Amino acid sequence: MTAATLLPYDEVLARFDPVLGLEVHVELNTKTKMFCGCVNEFGGEPNTHVCPTCLGLPGSLPVVNGKGVESAIRIGLALNCQIAEWCRFARKNYFYPDMPKNFQTSQYDEPIAFDGYLDVMLDDGEVFRVGIERAHMEEDTGKSLHVGGATGRIHGAEHSLLDYNRAGVPLIEIVTKPIEGAGERAPEVARAYVTALRELMLALGVSDVRMDQGSMRCDANVSLRPKGQQEFGTRTETKNVNSLRSVERAVRYEMQRQAAVLADGGTIVQETRHFQEADGSTSPGRPKETSEDYRYFPEPDLVPIAPSREWVEELRKTLPEPPWKRRKRIQEEWQLTDEELRDLFNTGAVDLVAATVDAGAPVAEARSWWVQFLTQQANAREVELAELAITPKQVARVIELIAEGKLTNKLARQVVEAVLDGEGGPDEVIEARGLQVVSDDSALLAAVDEALAAQPDVVEKIRGGKVQAAGAIVGAVMKATRGQADAKRVRELVLERCK
Amino acid sequence: MTDVIRMTAAEVAAKIHAGELSAVEVTQAHLDRIAKVDDQIKAFLHVDAEGALETARKVDADIAAGKAPASPLAGVPLALKDVLTTEGVPTTCGSKTLEGWIPPYDSTVRRRLREADVVVLGKTNMDEFAMGSSTENSAFGPTHNPWDTTRVPGGSGGGSSASLAAFEAPLAIGTDTGGSIRQPAAVTGTVGVKPTYGSVSRYGLVAFSSSLDQAGPCARTVLDAALLHEIIAGHDPLDSTSINQPVPPVVEAAKQGMSGDLSGVRVGVVTEFQGEGYQPGVLRSFEAAVQQLRDLGAEIVEVSCPNFRYALPAYYLINPSECSSNLARFDAMRYGLRVGDDGTRSAEEVMSLSREAGFGAEVKRRIMIGTYALSAGYYDAYYGSAQKVRTLIIRDFEAAYQQVDVLVSPTTPTTAFKIGERIDDPMAMYVADLCTIPANLAGNAALSVPSGLSDDDGLPVGLQVMAPALADDRMYRVAAAYEQARDAAAGRTVLDQIPEL
Amino acid sequence: MSTISRDEVAHLAKLARLAVTEDELDLFAGQLDVILDAVAKVSEVATDDVPPTSHAVPLTNVFREDEVRPGLTQEQALSGAPAAEEGRFRVPRILGEEQ
Repeated sequence: MTAATLLPYDEVLARFDPVLGLEVHVELNTKTKMFCGCVNEFGGEPNTHVCPTCLGLPGSLPVVNGKGVESAIRIGLALNCQIAEWCRFARKNYFYPDMPKNFQTSQYDEPIAFDGYLDVMLDDGEVFRVGIERAHMEEDTGKSLHVGGATGRIHGAEHSLLDYNRAGVPLIEIVTKPIEGAGERAPEVARAYVTALRELMLALGVSDVRMDQGSMRCDANVSLRPKGQQEFGTRTETKNVNSLRSVERAVRYEMQRQAAVLADGGTIVQETRHFQEADGSTSPGRPKETSEDYRYFPEPDLVPIAPSREWVEELRKTLPEPPWKRRKRIQEEWQLTDEELRDLFNTGAVDLVAATVDAGAPVAEARSWWVQFLTQQANAREVELAELAITPKQVARVIELIAEGKLTNKLARQVVEAVLDGEGGPDEVIEARGLQVVSDDSALLAAVDEALAAQPDVVEKIRGGKVQAAGAIVGAVMKATRGQADAKRVRELVLERCK
Repeated sequence: MTDVIRMTAAEVAAKIHAGELSAVEVTQAHLDRIAKVDDQIKAFLHVDAEGALETARKVDADIAAGKAPASPLAGVPLALKDVLTTEGVPTTCGSKTLEGWIPPYDSTVRRRLREADVVVLGKTNMDEFAMGSSTENSAFGPTHNPWDTTRVPGGSGGGSSASLAAFEAPLAIGTDTGGSIRQPAAVTGTVGVKPTYGSVSRYGLVAFSSSLDQAGPCARTVLDAALLHEIIAGHDPLDSTSINQPVPPVVEAAKQGMSGDLSGVRVGVVTEFQGEGYQPGVLRSFEAAVQQLRDLGAEIVEVSCPNFRYALPAYYLINPSECSSNLARFDAMRYGLRVGDDGTRSAEEVMSLSREAGFGAEVKRRIMIGTYALSAGYYDAYYGSAQKVRTLIIRDFEAAYQQVDVLVSPTTPTTAFKIGERIDDPMAMYVADLCTIPANLAGNAALSVPSGLSDDDGLPVGLQVMAPALADDRMYRVAAAYEQARDAAAGRTVLDQIPEL
Repeated sequence: MSTISRDEVAHLAKLARLAVTEDELDLFAGQLDVILDAVAKVSEVATDDVPPTSHAVPLTNVFREDEVRPGLTQEQALSGAPAAEEGRFRVPRILGEEQ
């Protein structure tokens, strides 16, 4: 494939204003699917999380998962939306083999939430308001595996294999209003918006938002208009941009590509494009033979939803602090640099650190444990940080033991690993393994004297003023006590003995 | 044994439960009857003799063990319309596309029948996906009317109605989207009930037009229909449109009606469903029935429902629209007929070829009309307008039920027509549902009870009785009273007059 | 009055995934025209002040608890499949794109 011509970014901005529209699909983490009682779980043996309803068998009927509606309303509220007093599901009719009924149960002109906004914080701390057009409920499709052909992709495949485990998984589609005025920061705004949305979903606890597993997917609409022009230009829609970084890259690429076409006197074709992770480009999809007409109509198998105002207000009370506000507050309270703040959020450690601080640990230590050692442990064990078998309270206790001089950092890491391995709480591990720091002088002195006797040349050096040589003796003592000695005290004792 | 097959369900049940007849011999008598006459009638697409006998044996064992019967109809045979899924038993909906499909799950109706120990003999023929008024649209050939085998048994549930009239079963289940229970009942001299929408679960009822479809009981007497009604109706959490309220006491109402007194009951005669386009013999039968109701003490009032004349056009927009979407799932990917998969064709091509081969002409017509009516440029004029007409019809009913307790009309404008007579003229076929459609659009209850034979052709005529939603008991009372008075006056039942096969 | 042309019928058939024959196109074009003419009558009374009815029975808020319910086994799920492979439904190559 020949690469498209790109206009240098500066030139794009000199001549055009970008307008964005972002459509994000979020899979809810309900226990069951949206319209049937099948388990909502990623993966699984193919076609084992299915029933007559999500397989679209003749005669089957949908029933709405109340928890899915609750999550949708909470998402709507968190996005500062109006919540519909009365709304319906609608059928979106089109044929596609991964869609068991050949219509998607969705919402059309009556979304459950509409007209809101999300404030997102850019890298320099500036807050940008993104308007929210709507958030509506729908269901996910099955998955197809394309077999044969060179690439294993859809093109050139000989046949396809379908797995409907994902069919019927609850989705919330969140659509922004046109994002205007972002100028050169448009790609950054796009990334920051998706990032903020992801944090919001995590804070709400409604989705795993794993972009790598497809539980959060982003389609980016991009158009350009010549500076000073009011009406929007023709847009393209780039599908399935599956990482935060890709969102930024895809928008930037489309801006440069479209600008090159326009600058050359060409016109933009309204089309679906696909993001290529490898080189950050987008490529055109198969042109549509006919314009899309989904023949929406109200879903007769489902009755309307009319959330009472009492219910909505009750749900409003369960909302977490808006992510950007929380970020700002945490940065101030904990006195973090921008980089420290980013690490804290990127590792997903913020709630755990906060809980550890609440349990009495100083912020710096709590943060360091979670963002560094425990994050490494989580990666090594291939689990989410929050899934590690240690509680913030236990981490706080370890930090306390270090402060009291009862554990060295090295010992503390051993203790924590043992806790993660399920050997019990920190105190139990210390007890069972006998991992106390030895700071009793009489016990230490014996070990120090032994080490001094074994290395008379070193003793000479120390006595001759080479104080740094004491390290060798300290090391020997530490080795002899299997690391349980208080190294600082050992050093003091060595120097005392060599006076 | 001919006696057994001519008994009512209530009589058969009483004898089985009293130990005078075994459920197995009753079942066998019906299986024998099917074996003897179904070549002429073709009411059944599938006979599940083993399944039926197994249930019968269980009933007999329970009775021998002194256990109470599972339901008032335990041990009574029944014919099930082939549009309801049956685990392990083929379900075709009268379509080539589902030929040989064995569902992995039971419809709620089938589950309830099973729990009541009703003996399901097999699956009955129908217009493909319930689209039609004659059963001629079945991919497996038409069913013949036992009154005259050159005529249609009505549709779409012609297999169910014919099985009753041919004494192949004393009970049947039908489904009614625009009249598919009532019109077949009318033209076969049997009773057919469309309960209030939402009272019988649609789970496992292969959808034709979701907002209109409703399963209901078919029988040879009003009381039998009521007994079956109480078994299949009731709230089902698997159907979102199922009404979570007690089933109206229809058996009690039927028994009350049989006491022969309708004084204080106000009966409205729908002005719009008389006159031009109706067979004279049908109208005379209807007038006689109204007189009989008056004689029973009912107060007769003429009621106009002006918007009912828009019911037929609205119906023929709503049902194709919903059907075009409901039938999209038959795409040869997960189940059903697949043709043209030669390794070179794409999924899209195989889908189109399979649907072309799997669907009959009427189904294709409706899918295309529905596709058209829902299209962006036409939605408001067609589908949108039809939904407004629906509102107007509901309002007409509401106004009428301010004045009267039930409404009556002929069930269908003519008696059974000849096989082949209307098959090439869709509009002529559609008119058969003229009087039955309003109740579907409004979700109300309605039934058809035989009003004797038309004096011009000697074929059965049906009287339609309609009642407000969830007031199904009212129409049972009126129909049961009328049925008894009719038989008393004639000195015999309507079906007593059916020629021997 | 003609409401629908033969070409439009061909387009509808395509949208509805029906590989209709030329003969059928002729037949259906005539029939659909008659039917659509007849049903167009609804617009006579469907005025702006009449609200549409989508559901016969006025229920709202029918929800299910978020509890797992046993479904089908893989074998049951695939039991009606025209073709299956590796626990999945086997279908011809897919040309179009996901929506």
